[in-house]
Amino acid sequence: MNEILTLTAAAIAAKVKAREISAREVTEAFLARIEAVDNDIQAFVTVTPEASLKAADAVDAKIAAGEDAGSLAGAPVALKDNLCTRGIETTCSSKILRGFVPPYNATVVEKLASAGAIALGKVNLDEFAMGSSTENSGLFPTRNPWDLTKVPGGSSGGSAAAVASLEASVALGSDTGGSIRQPAAFCGLVGLKPTYGRVSRYGLVAFASSLDQIGPLTRTAEDAALVLNVIAGQDSRDSTSVPRPVPDYTKALTGDIRGLKIGVPIEYFAEGISTEVRAFVTTAIGILRGLGAEIIEVSLPYTDYALAAYYIVAPAEASSNLARYDGVRFGARVTSAKDHIELFENTRDEGFGAEVKQRILTGTYALSAGYYDAYYAKAQKVRTLIRRDFDAAFEKVDAIISPTTPTPAFGLGEKSDDPLAMKLSDICTIPANMAGIPALSLCCGFLDGLPVGMQLQGPAFSEETLLNIAHTYQLETDWHTRRPTL
Amino acid sequence: MEYEVSVGMECHAELLTNSKMFCGCENAFGGDANTRTCPVCLGLPGSLPVFNKAAVEHVIRTALALNCEISMHTIFHRKNYFYPDLPKGYQISQYGQTPIGINGYLEIETPEGAIKKIHITRVHLEEDTGKSIHIDGLGYSVMDYNRSGVPLMEIVTEFPPDVQSGEEAAQYAENLRSVLLYLGVSDGRMEQGSLRVEPNPSVRPEGSEKYGVKTELKNLNSFRAVRLGVEYEAARHVEVLESGGVIVQGTYGWNDEKGETFLQRPKEFEQEYRYFPEPDLIPIDFDEDYIERLRVTIPELPLAKKRRLMEQYGLPSSDAALLAQDQASAAYFEKAAKSAGDPRAVANWMSGDLTRLANAANTPVYATPITAENLRELVTLIEKGTITGKIAKSLIEDMFTTGKTASALVAEKGLKVTGADEALSIVQKVIAANPDVVAKIKAGNEKSAGFLVGQIMKEAKGQARPDDVNRLLKEELDKL
Repeated sequence: MNEILTLTAAAIAAKVKAREISAREVTEAFLARIEAVDNDIQAFVTVTPEASLKAADAVDAKIAAGEDAGSLAGAPVALKDNLCTRGIETTCSSKILRGFVPPYNATVVEKLASAGAIALGKVNLDEFAMGSSTENSGLFPTRNPWDLTKVPGGSSGGSAAAVASLEASVALGSDTGGSIRQPAAFCGLVGLKPTYGRVSRYGLVAFASSLDQIGPLTRTAEDAALVLNVIAGQDSRDSTSVPRPVPDYTKALTGDIRGLKIGVPIEYFAEGISTEVRAFVTTAIGILRGLGAEIIEVSLPYTDYALAAYYIVAPAEASSNLARYDGVRFGARVTSAKDHIELFENTRDEGFGAEVKQRILTGTYALSAGYYDAYYAKAQKVRTLIRRDFDAAFEKVDAIISPTTPTPAFGLGEKSDDPLAMKLSDICTIPANMAGIPALSLCCGFLDGLPVGMQLQGPAFSEETLLNIAHTYQLETDWHTRRPTL
Repeated sequence: MEYEVSVGMECHAELLTNSKMFCGCENAFGGDANTRTCPVCLGLPGSLPVFNKAAVEHVIRTALALNCEISMHTIFHRKNYFYPDLPKGYQISQYGQTPIGINGYLEIETPEGAIKKIHITRVHLEEDTGKSIHIDGLGYSVMDYNRSGVPLMEIVTEFPPDVQSGEEAAQYAENLRSVLLYLGVSDGRMEQGSLRVEPNPSVRPEGSEKYGVKTELKNLNSFRAVRLGVEYEAARHVEVLESGGVIVQGTYGWNDEKGETFLQRPKEFEQEYRYFPEPDLIPIDFDEDYIERLRVTIPELPLAKKRRLMEQYGLPSSDAALLAQDQASAAYFEKAAKSAGDPRAVANWMSGDLTRLANAANTPVYATPITAENLRELVTLIEKGTITGKIAKSLIEDMFTTGKTASALVAEKGLKVTGADEALSIVQKVIAANPDVVAKIKAGNEKSAGFLVGQIMKEAKGQARPDDVNRLLKEELDKL
């Protein structure tokens, strides 16, 4: 295997800038890797070799001219296929968007390009980011690089699988209810969901607008910090992006967590979380204590209601966000219809998969006049209570540690017929979306050859703290250096 | 049985802003289809709205002018429904308790000259839709999204409605339009649809507590159509009820040629819009200072101006109303009437010859080459007796074409008024030359005096003052 593939994005950028390797060499190595393993993994929906090599040559030219090639110079990145890319088909892994070629780039895509990152292509997801296994992709399922019979998680399953299988150095995903962290946990990666408003959503195809947030999937905390440096910041095109200066997140990686107060919420170690996973996280807590962190028990009593409230709010917003897929202006359209209503109905019936339809129906119901107060308004109240839970906890601690998922990756097809069991795999990750706070998953061990993830959550805009805890843990452990055999 | 008419009024005005409500596309009328569009107003996946501050200010100023309270915390909502002209599948609008303006009123004047308050329940901000275009024989419709995302203000009257007739509905629409023009927030073009007036008339037996079923009138492109539409519809309601029928709830169009309404779309069920707060936009919080800064930009409003012009200048209601229709005309009038002896004469010139000339040249009265100062001077010359009205009528044509002052033209043309002495000799000359006519007059045929006046004016080349001529002729005839 080419040595380049095992390098972190930080290392690639350093070597490319030092002219030890060229961006073209790096890009060619990763394109070859995709060629070699993606038949098995099926992470990529679209690979763009020509555009990638062109971008790599531009980076090399800049370096040759003595110009600053950017903090991610030459680092190959995989983009979740719900991020709009100018001139490149953007499908959301849905049949309804087949043929949709956006005339514009998402803000994060622009930012990565200006930082010298090389986009390799678009990666698979559960259709419109709705799901936890990438089996809901309207195109094809993606496999977990650690065990091809297991799911990579979802909805950013393609992003996680691509990075874990060394098809990309880093990837971008989106996280509405754990969709970055759960696949990161299943694939042994660092996955960061930033604070709501930290990263512009412009160009991210919306699932649930008040919950969606773009973030990195990487092998190291350092790479996550590096990518966050590039993509964070206010954007005049996204009203919900926050006008707050962006620190240099890599500067926060001190490797020193002495005196940091880390909370352990009893509700996240309850029934439903496998005893093995609990044991791994408990071991990791011991390591953090050994590194000088103070471990304090905390309680987040409304955690139990987060999942239920989420499954009102997210489908409600989705039912509205997905109304635009009507076959009139872009994407797929049925070839004949007697009037516009039939055009809408048939296009949507053929274009959307079962999970998406189910959520649209649920959300439509929850917003209906007679049910609004009982469902949507009530769920928003629960959301406030969850936020207050966290506020109270963060008066006592700097961060909260828990498992990311109740179990490691499950088998392909294992939970397809049991949507409730599937949704329960997001029970630990959903509260952070409901509260808008940052949360990060990182690998804390392997169970029967499958990665186990632990989650760090912090108050709004505490990404520096979370990244430093993860970084300090990674300095002490070597889980993140393990590679799947492919 | 006698019936009472009640009319709820819903008005939509496209706002005059440079760009659209939630994107940077130009806000303009007409042009090639789909040339003023972008990912945001086409509702492309991943696009996000960012609100237009100027549009928000327009709505605040309108709400203040309509005596509304301002919601200091206001939010946008999504109104969800499917239609090809609605790119996102929802319209960003304002629903519920906190639209920008609430609980205001607009005053109208009844035909008797009394003031009536028409209460307004809400003034809110939303976005316009695109347009479906149906081309005969094509077999499908085509879409133009140039209008999609144009800022739209909705003004809704309170229930139960204060408007009680077609006349009042038209009056309300006309006043509202003037207010919008005064504020500079809308061009008020009903024929282009930038101002859409949609009355909801209903009738009920006089004295009945319960309001009748209302129908919604659309495509009324003039105030006349508003009045006639409401009158027609109210009469139709009465007829239907009298013959034992029921009013079919729905949207009715107006056929201007036939002078009839027609059912466009029956309302079979309550539309379910699934309103919820727009998560892509953050709530807007105003502070008092900001609102006060906008409040001081509200000018004197049309009805107040009209009544002041009547009081201050002694103008009749009709003249004052005409002048108050737009600020520039009123300002022109006030400038011209200042220190002129008779402001009514100024108003008459404006509504008469000046309007005729201006219309022919397709410019507004206040923008012709005849400045307010020049009009004032013309009127003053007449008042001082330097020129006659008849001369003034010819002078104004020259003033219009040359832009010169009346006094300059008088000097140029050597025009002057025939003095009383000179007039007397002309009168005597004409009497002497027409003994037969004089005889007729003496025999009691007073009408024949007109012939003599004509002869005298002709002799004086129109430069004699009519008052002088009439007085002198009478005196001379009496002497005979």
